[in-house]
Amino acid sequence: MKNSKPAVNPLLCKVNQTPHATILKLELVSAKDDTVTLKLPFSEHIIGDPFKRLIHGGAITTLMDTVCGAAVFQAQGNFQSMATLDLRVDHMRPADSGLDVFAIAECYRLTNTVAFIRATAYTDNIDEPVATAVASFMRSNVEFPIQ
Amino acid sequence: MELFKKISELKANNDFEGLVELVPYAKTIGIETSLVGDNIVSTLPFLSSNIGNHAIPALHGGAVAGFMENAAIFHLMWTAKLQQMPKVIDFSIDYLRSGQATTSYSQCEIIRLGRRVALCNIKVWQADIDKPFALARAHFLLSSNEPFNKES
Repeated sequence: MKNSKPAVNPLLCKVNQTPHATILKLELVSAKDDTVTLKLPFSEHIIGDPFKRLIHGGAITTLMDTVCGAAVFQAQGNFQSMATLDLRVDHMRPADSGLDVFAIAECYRLTNTVAFIRATAYTDNIDEPVATAVASFMRSNVEFPIQ
Repeated sequence: MELFKKISELKANNDFEGLVELVPYAKTIGIETSLVGDNIVSTLPFLSSNIGNHAIPALHGGAVAGFMENAAIFHLMWTAKLQQMPKVIDFSIDYLRSGQATTSYSQCEIIRLGRRVALCNIKVWQADIDKPFALARAHFLLSSNEPFNKES
C-alpha cells in the first residue's frame, strides 16, 4: 500500500479549507513521507493575552489538531476521515508576538483502526519549540467531505 | 497588575461580558459568558465558522479545545486574584463524541489553586449534561517569573 501512494497526498491542500481552519488562515507549507507542516499566521483575532499580545493556547491547539489530522491523511495517502481520540499539547513558551507559528507533525504509526501522531510547533527555530503535542486518532473508511 | 485592575473594574460593574471583549480569540470563536453564583460560566453558541467537518456537521476539535481552555481561563480570571493572564502549561483533551451544530455548555472545576500553578478539569456538553462530548484537563501558570514572591 505504501509504495503505491503519491509522494504528497494531492488532497492535502484541502485540509485548511474547513470553515474553522479558514478562520484561522491555516496554510499548508509542505508534506513529505509521513510528515506535514502547516502555518498559523499571527493575527489580531487569535490573541489570548491582550496585555502582551500573545497568541491564545486554543489557536495553537487547533493548529496542532489540524496538522496531526493532515499527517494522518498524508500517511494514509487518501482522504478517509478520522476522529481525534485524544490530544495533549505542552506549551514550552509563548510564541513571540507578531510571529507566525509553524507546526510539523509525523504520523509515526498507523494501525488498521488507530493513528498515532506527534507534533512540534515553533516560530524561527524548531530547536526552541513553542509547543509539542501527541495525539491519537480513530480511523474510518468514510471519505472526508471535500468542498 | 493591569489585569487585576481590569478584573476589579469588570467585577465592580458586574460586567462579566467584558471578559470576552478583553480576549480577542474568545470573541473570534463566539464565546458567551454568564454569571452563575460567583462563577463565570462560558457557553459556545453554534457558529458555522467553528465547523471542522461540514458533512456531519461537526465542530472543529480545535475550536472545542479552545473553548474549553478559555472557559478555564475566564473561570480563573474571575475567581483567583491574578496579576497576569493565566498561561497554559499543558492541555490534554479526550473527545467522546463529535460536537454537533448546536450550543455547547461548559463546566470548569479548579482541582488545585496554588500560588504558581492551577489545575483545572473542564467538561463540555450539548443536549445532556450527563453526555459530555469532550473532557479536558489543563495546568496554568499563574505567577510571574519570580516564583518566591509573596502574594499581595
